[in-house]
This record gives sequence, structure tokens and C-alpha cells, in this order.
Amino acid sequence: MIWLNQIIQGVLLGGYYALLATGLSLMFGVMRIINLAHGDLAVVGAFLIWWLHDRGHSIAVSLAVGLVAMALLGVVLQRAVLERSLRAGVLVPLLTTFGLAIVIENLLFQKFGADIRSLDIGNLAFDGWKITNEIYVGRLPVLIFVVALAMLGGLQLFLSRAPLGRAMRATAQDPDTAELVGVNARGVYLAAAAIAVATAGLAGAFLGMRATFDAYAGPTQLIFAFEAVVIGGLGSLWGTLFGGIAIGVAQTVGAQFDPQWSILTGHLVFLAVMTLRLIKAAAEGRGGFMAALGMEA
Amino acid sequence: MSILRVEQLNAHHGLLQAVRGVSLSVGEGETLALVGANGAGKTTLLRTIAGGHRASSGTVVFGGADVTSLPAHRRVRRGITLVPEGRRLFPEMTMEENLLVAARGGRKGEWSLSRVYEAFPILHPLRRKRAATLSGGEQQMTAIARALMTNPTLLLIDEASLGLAPVAVERVYESLETVVATGTTLVLVEQDLGRALSVASRIVCMLEGRIVLEGSATEITREQIVEAYFGLRRGNGGGET
Repeated sequence: MIWLNQIIQGVLLGGYYALLATGLSLMFGVMRIINLAHGDLAVVGAFLIWWLHDRGHSIAVSLAVGLVAMALLGVVLQRAVLERSLRAGVLVPLLTTFGLAIVIENLLFQKFGADIRSLDIGNLAFDGWKITNEIYVGRLPVLIFVVALAMLGGLQLFLSRAPLGRAMRATAQDPDTAELVGVNARGVYLAAAAIAVATAGLAGAFLGMRATFDAYAGPTQLIFAFEAVVIGGLGSLWGTLFGGIAIGVAQTVGAQFDPQWSILTGHLVFLAVMTLRLIKAAAEGRGGFMAALGMEA
Repeated sequence: MSILRVEQLNAHHGLLQAVRGVSLSVGEGETLALVGANGAGKTTLLRTIAGGHRASSGTVVFGGADVTSLPAHRRVRRGITLVPEGRRLFPEMTMEENLLVAARGGRKGEWSLSRVYEAFPILHPLRRKRAATLSGGEQQMTAIARALMTNPTLLLIDEASLGLAPVAVERVYESLETVVATGTTLVLVEQDLGRALSVASRIVCMLEGRIVLEGSATEITREQIVEAYFGLRRGNGGGET
């Protein structure tokens, strides 16, 4: 029963990782940008919502204002940084977002110092439901998982049914042709960046509710998000959920053996998936970095 | 009355000049066929008119307004749409989604999903199929239908029959007759001279980025076109302009 409990906790934890990874996946799926500042943007969201809450606003208001501000930040970043980088080829955004991550971390450090913080959400952080004597589920992890499912489902519906969502998919497949049938590819990229950064902000808010964060918490979050996205296949939304759950279950099951194994087990699962992909790709006559990331060349 | 006027247009691919000082006028409701050997600059000219390629110099005037500096999507809203060479459908989307993407970006007008299916009944059973799984002929019909969903007043079609089986070419040209019947102005790049002459009211032949022959389809002879096509005739004096 204890193993079942760990698996359930792992699945719920996977919801958080999926939430964290959604923006990374969307940005890659639409713009082919691997955003190395994604974890730091989540931390910016966490600080912003914490700051608003600290000024006396309710969590709901802080969240609403914070997410709108994050979407606007996405627009500004796209216009000022990412769009220009993309013109120089697919590898330049890697360097640019790496630099952006460092700038964000140092700005946050300058503004908020080295103190660790968390969002005060009262009993929600501790309350749970007792399923059996050995299985408890926390209300917050369930809430995060439900929000992750709703967000992924909503995004999937948006991409398949909404006119702007279809334009995003068309632009992701062939931006030049999309322009030739009337799609403003630049506008589509702006919308994708706004959604991606807002989802990073939402993940940051949940980071602040379920744990603590500081100015340098971004890179760790990026690693978890990156692993979830790569396991699920870059650009695939439901794959991101699967990847998040795989990392989450690996961490909680690993922790059952030894608490110090928790993070390591997640990384080992990621490494195993990458290795298997490389072996499979080599056997099929493909190979290289793209195949290992689960992308078709 | 001319709907499109191209004046002294130049376009480059890097150091290579693909279009050299082309001036061209297309009348409203006219069907113009652009012929020429591979590398003559036809595709670049069409893409430059549509906004898919930047002009080095010269102007593109459409409906009386200079559109040279407008991006492609804004030219679509003005009424210029290109069916690109190789169809370039969105392969992971269904046939119908390909049409709907264009409907969002285009103008309001006669062409809607129901009108397209009425004009091209062959497409209706394919609406849920992924574009990548369609045959070459079906893809070409979809590409033309997709362009029509933007409700263009000027439709540019690059290589409508390229790589298609004869029966598919037949169907594509039947669909083009439907388009012409609606009064849409058509500029067609075509390698098949017989096809070009059958559908066009005017022929323009390009060689090495320049127009070397231009005239009415009824007055210009096949021999004149062949001579211009292979560079045996230079200058702009083939037929009526």
C-alpha cells in the first residue's frame, strides 16, 4: 500500500511538473525556441504574486493581476529579445535565453535579496483527504493536478478549435506559407509567448504555494520542466503531462528507497529515456541531438 | 482597367538577381499565364508580388495603392493571395483546417466552406483527412481552395500542374475554370505551354529575370513562345501588349 501511496503522490507531483513544462513545450512547439529562462520566468511569477499578496491583495487578485502582467512580459520579451534572436537562427535563442536567465536571477537578487519566501495560503497548504490508513492526498497537490489538467485540456482545445489556435499550429508548421494565407505570424508568436510566460507565472504561483523559492530557484525548475518536456516529446502537450508524471513518480518512488534518491531518480529516468531514444534512433538510421529530444529532424 | 501594376521590379536571392527590372500590368478579371524555363524568375516574381519575397527595388501597385512594403498577410487582406509552388499545405492539419486557417486571415466575400465544397465537391469527403495523406491532385485542389477562402481579387498560382498525373491536372484546370468564371483575376505560372494557352487571355514569357515576350493568347504563336522560352528571341516585341 505504501508503494501505491508513493505512486499517487508522484502522479500529483507530476501535475506540477506538467504545469511548469507547458509553456516551455508551447514555445518550442510554435516558435522552435528552447527557452532556458523558463524556470526563472516561473520564479518571476512567484515573486510578483508574492509581492502583490504581501501588499494586502487576496491570493485570487494577486494571481489574476500577476498572470496578466506575466502575459505582458511575454509580449515584451518576444518583441525585444526572442524575435530578434530567432532571425539569427535556431541556436541563438538558446544563448539569448541563457543570458536572460542570468539577468533575471541577478535582478531578482538585487530587488528581493537572498531570503527564501513562500505564498501564504493558510490551511490549503496542509489539508488533505484520508483515503485509507496509509493513503492521504493533499488538497493543494490535487488542486495543482486539476489545474494542470484543465490548462492542458484548455490549451489543446484552443489549438484545435479556436481560429487563433489553428493559426498557431499552421505557423508552427510553416510560418512563410501561413503568412501567404493571411496569418500574421509575428502576431501569432506574440500570442504564443504571452500564453507561455503566463503559464510559467501560474506554475511559479504554485511553486510559491507548495514550497519555498528564492532569486536563484529558476534553474532547478527549468531542469524539471525540461526533463518533463523531453520525456513527453518536445512540442506535445499531452506528452508533457505524461513526462511530468513520469518524473514525479520516479522522484516519489525513489524517495521511498531513500529520501536522498528522490531528485536523482527523476534525473536517471530522464537519462534512461534519452539513452533509449538514441539507441532507437541509431537503429533506425537517424540519430543525434534532435532524435534524443524526441523531435523529428 | 489594371488591378495590378508592377514597375521596374528587382528581386534578389543573395547575390543572384532573379527578377530584373520587370514591369507588368494585369487587368481586372484577366487571366495571365507566366511561362519560361526553370530559373527564369517566374516564382520569385510571383512571390514578390504576394509579399513572400522582398523586392530589392521597384514597386507593386495593387488596386491603386502601393503595397511594396506591406507584409504578405496584409496583402492577403487587400486581396492578393498566392498558391505556392509545391502546394505547401500544413501537413499535420486536416484538409478542412487548412481551409479554415485561410478563412481567418482573409477577407469577407463569396468564398466560404460551403461555397468551396459546392465548387469543389471532390474535397468534401476529404475534410477530416490529414493534408499530408492527400494525393498530389487533392493537395493542389486544397491549395487552390485554401487560397480562395481568403476571397482574393488577384489569385497567383505557381505551377498548378507540376508533378501531377494527367487526370489530376484535368481536375485542377476544371477548378481553375470555376475560379475564372467568378471574375477573379488570375496570374498563373505554368510549364505546360498547351495548358497555359488554353486558359490564359494573355501570355508573358520570362527569361533570365526579364520579360522577353508579352502578348494576347489569341495573337501570339506557339513558335514565338518557344523561341522566347529558349532565348532565341530577346526584347519585348512578340505580340500585343
